[in-house]
Amino acid sequence: MAESATTLPPAHRTSRLDIGSLLTRHGAWIALALLILVNLAITPNFATWQTLNVNLTQVCAIVIVGVGMTLVIATGGIDLSVGALMAIAGSLAPLIFLGKLFPLPHPAVGIALAFVVPVVVAAAFGWFNGWLVTRLRIQPIIATLVLFIAGRGIAQVLTNGNLQVFNLPNFQFIGLGRVFGIPFQAVLMIVIVAAAAWMLRRTVFGRQILAIGGNEKAARLSGIPVTSVKQRVYLISGLLSGIAGLIVIARNSAADANLVGLGMELDAIAAVAVGGTLLTGGRATVIGTLVGALIIQLVRYTLLANGVPDAAALVAKAGIIVLAVWLQRQSHR
Amino acid sequence: MNNTTLKLFQGIGRYGVLLALLALILFGWLRYENFLGTFNVLSVLRYNSMFALVALGMCFVIITGGIDLSVGSTAALGSVVAALLSPYGVVPGLLGGLAAGLAVGACNAFIITRLNILPFIATLATMLAASGCALLLAGNQSVSVSYESGFVELGQGDFLGFPIPAWIALIAYLLGSLVLNLTSFGRTVLAIGGNEDATRLMGLPAQRVKALVYLASGGLAGLAGVILAAQFGAGQPIEGVGWELFAIAAVVVGGTLLTGGVGSVGSTLAGVLLLGLIFNILNFENGLGWISLSAYWQSVIRGAFLLLVVAIQARLSMRAEEAA
Repeated sequence: MAESATTLPPAHRTSRLDIGSLLTRHGAWIALALLILVNLAITPNFATWQTLNVNLTQVCAIVIVGVGMTLVIATGGIDLSVGALMAIAGSLAPLIFLGKLFPLPHPAVGIALAFVVPVVVAAAFGWFNGWLVTRLRIQPIIATLVLFIAGRGIAQVLTNGNLQVFNLPNFQFIGLGRVFGIPFQAVLMIVIVAAAAWMLRRTVFGRQILAIGGNEKAARLSGIPVTSVKQRVYLISGLLSGIAGLIVIARNSAADANLVGLGMELDAIAAVAVGGTLLTGGRATVIGTLVGALIIQLVRYTLLANGVPDAAALVAKAGIIVLAVWLQRQSHR
Repeated sequence: MNNTTLKLFQGIGRYGVLLALLALILFGWLRYENFLGTFNVLSVLRYNSMFALVALGMCFVIITGGIDLSVGSTAALGSVVAALLSPYGVVPGLLGGLAAGLAVGACNAFIITRLNILPFIATLATMLAASGCALLLAGNQSVSVSYESGFVELGQGDFLGFPIPAWIALIAYLLGSLVLNLTSFGRTVLAIGGNEDATRLMGLPAQRVKALVYLASGGLAGLAGVILAAQFGAGQPIEGVGWELFAIAAVVVGGTLLTGGVGSVGSTLAGVLLLGLIFNILNFENGLGWISLSAYWQSVIRGAFLLLVVAIQARLSMRAEEAA
């Protein structure tokens, strides 16, 4: 992929090798293109504005969370708490703008705070994950398991497990609004993906992330501030989860602490894996994660649109994940 | 890490959970009437035996340095298959659920050992697939169990005054403990977690043992599914969400290191009971009427508990590293 920085491909030798490496390196893009072509051929009404919008809105939250996950995985870590943090942010926002936490001087203040506070809280929990990983040196999978278990509980305790229903167009713009006919959430997603891709490829911070994932000890010895880089990466993952939580509740006009972000950690990891990021760290592609999420979504859409039940689509998704990771392994032999 | 500090660390990890469990039981006994009454003890054991089975398989997997995320949906699949076969009797239901679990375990073993894909991602995929299969077989709804065939006895019945699911779990743990401590298979399991390459170079059948470990984990999850179906009278395709992480938490609380190579079957059981008792004590506390904590608090408390345990473990291992 474009941003895979640490393992640049070797000098091109013969044209035949090129086709092979092209297939494995750009497999995700090719798969996406094939899926689109197949759909154009068999799925009725595929090439419509509506289809595009439906599919984009389905992947937005996954991609936004997936970007944070990509960065975490690039450092050699994992973040299981993303779904729970979405639930916390998603439950907190309605509590704020409905004035249940504290009296509001003006509705606009409530909406502004409902955007800021949940995202800050989610980022703070992300920072806490990073603290556990770096200061207490707990393995990422266990460190983030703590908030995976406790986080949703916190959201449920906050709302007493009740569904919060609302109708607040100004707040819900983040999930339902449109800019020039494009869903605002898709615009937000593209901005986040572009910013993260640029950061990973062009900034010192991005290079440091990949260096840590490649060889943490070497990174530390070469003077990279490993602790602070990792801490920031988990913070970013929490922050993006918070944003995704707001999008989901805005889209549904309701916040249910039991359901917001349920299973999101797995969807995000799947998108990252299919997109071509190395799960052991050191090589990452943010745009790949976008493509990975689109592939998984398009397969599901293709099956659903052609009358295959959703449960069978789950089996197909499993097959795609295994196939994608296996192909990547073959190409890195 | 030198040998004495390592032993000290392992000792605290191993017996710490037992001490905590005893403290919790003592607390409950002093505070609540009937806490140690037959009814409460037996229902706690009956309910937690499913989780105990899943955690046992997870314990072996984690000792090899791997992870099995598919156990929850495997249990769901097992419960659906068992429920579908329950009209034909106890044995078909039991074997059907077990076979479904073994099938998922075999898929895991194949993907991990033959395709060389990380356990984390391999079992993530089979988790989705098993869940899809369970939903397809069940037609997206729960499947009632036949009450005529006696199948429900597997979950609701007693044998010698002790719940049958608890017997099953007890036997599984005894076997598990024997296998891990007294057989060459068990020693290979520990060796793989310590250093997989070295194990292979020593000529031990690392791949085969790893494959068997995932197979066993799947089978135990299938068995847990059978008990689930029998206990609640229905095969439940959407049950089992989060079981894998509960099992991991129980194993970790039990002092088994996630890096592999170290672990104990007995303290995993203690970990399961510890996490299970938190829920039980919460119920009793609400029964006293002083405070009213909703069931949602249990996950917060469990998370806090896990945090406490891993923080202590981390501190101890850092101490041990400094001492070395």
